[in-house]
Amino acid sequence: MSTMRLLAGRTLSAGPEGFAEHAARLGHLPHAGRDLTEVVVRSGLTGRGGAGFPAGLKWRAAAARHAHVLVVNGAEGEPHSKKDRLLMSTRPHLVLDGALLAARAVRINEIVLYIGEHHTIARAAMERALAERPAADRKHFRIAAAPARYVSGDSSAAVHLVTTGIALPTNAPAAPAMVQNVETLAHVALIARSGEDTGTVLVTMAGGVSRPGVLEVETSSTIADAIALAGGATEPPRAVLMGGYFGAWVEIGQAQGLTLDPAALRARGLSLGCGVVGVLPGSHCPVCETAGIMRYLAGESSAQCGPCFFGLRALAEASGRIATQGSNSEDLQRLHRWAAEVRGRGACKHPDGAVMFLQSALSTFGQEFASHPAHRARRSA
Amino acid sequence: MSRHYEIVVDRIRCDGRGLCAELLPELIRLDDWGYPIISPGPIPEHLMPLAERAVEDCPVLALTLRRTEQGKRASR
Repeated sequence: MSTMRLLAGRTLSAGPEGFAEHAARLGHLPHAGRDLTEVVVRSGLTGRGGAGFPAGLKWRAAAARHAHVLVVNGAEGEPHSKKDRLLMSTRPHLVLDGALLAARAVRINEIVLYIGEHHTIARAAMERALAERPAADRKHFRIAAAPARYVSGDSSAAVHLVTTGIALPTNAPAAPAMVQNVETLAHVALIARSGEDTGTVLVTMAGGVSRPGVLEVETSSTIADAIALAGGATEPPRAVLMGGYFGAWVEIGQAQGLTLDPAALRARGLSLGCGVVGVLPGSHCPVCETAGIMRYLAGESSAQCGPCFFGLRALAEASGRIATQGSNSEDLQRLHRWAAEVRGRGACKHPDGAVMFLQSALSTFGQEFASHPAHRARRSA
Repeated sequence: MSRHYEIVVDRIRCDGRGLCAELLPELIRLDDWGYPIISPGPIPEHLMPLAERAVEDCPVLALTLRRTEQGKRASR
């Protein structure tokens, strides 16, 4: 395992690291070409945008189908996630290095930095970093603004936007493109230098911790370690939402010992997802939290596919009825049946992520869903 | 090797008219909002003519037949 870190160098509050400082610290861009794909495969690096697909395998497949656009995905539409914009705002050259290396390895000429439209600090830092690069690097890049919607970060939506100007998921992306998250590419910049996996992940600590925000932790760290690094829990937690709104609820007793290692989480049927670790304080009602998140996710459907648009809305309404009017067996049965029926029936993964989240709530908080009293103390997560 | 096909729905195109479920109830049912749920797996030989009809008659052309490997279970 390498001793390099994504966020090594100047303190984060000192703003973006300039090109000279970056080059002095890490050296210039390594001379790697197509051979880097196999180095990345061997490193075991997985995507950090949410889906967790092995990066090297993605590159192999993209080269085989002659992808000609690399989309550097910094849309970060996940409500609590902050790590992608922190990385772009503080270590922009790491992201540019990774993008150039990936583009070379896959033989792509056009690179699009796809940055959330409201992430102005991140965008300004990336623009400034690009301006510091030699013209030979700069000519490959352009910047596209990702609309502030949850589905904007979906890879088919990202490709659709950069090729047609419409950030909606599609069945068939128009241009052969490769989409890779900004953190994934920053790891590539280090892997190309050291030859091995960085061994760290960026996580965003959210909810009931004293210091919510982004941490870079070793993959051997546990969730309990991460909570401690975030200043500790504000009150004894009830559960953890692992991986953001497309993630899964885990009882605190089981969650504390889990390591923040993509492979280990996968082996437990969980996912690091986009790296959000949401801590649910013991005094918060998990049913009401779940209902609030379902309402949000239903509203974020791009309304293109019937099962997603109508299905998520119905699921959100049924969860909301249980939250506000108390448990009833009809709604509970509907939640189980609809969640199973909606899955896999959208053009993108939005409905799948939403119903998997709901299914984890139904299994982790089965007791609470079955015996929820009528109350209106609904908090949004 | 005999040919096997599965029914694929373009979820963006599909409007929930429900004609497919009337033509091919053996393989297609509708969810509570009128959108088709397709049985997974290859279309049995004897239902192929009905499946072809369902594809041709879809008012918004949201259905296609896609070849599958023999015996391979297809996703919805």
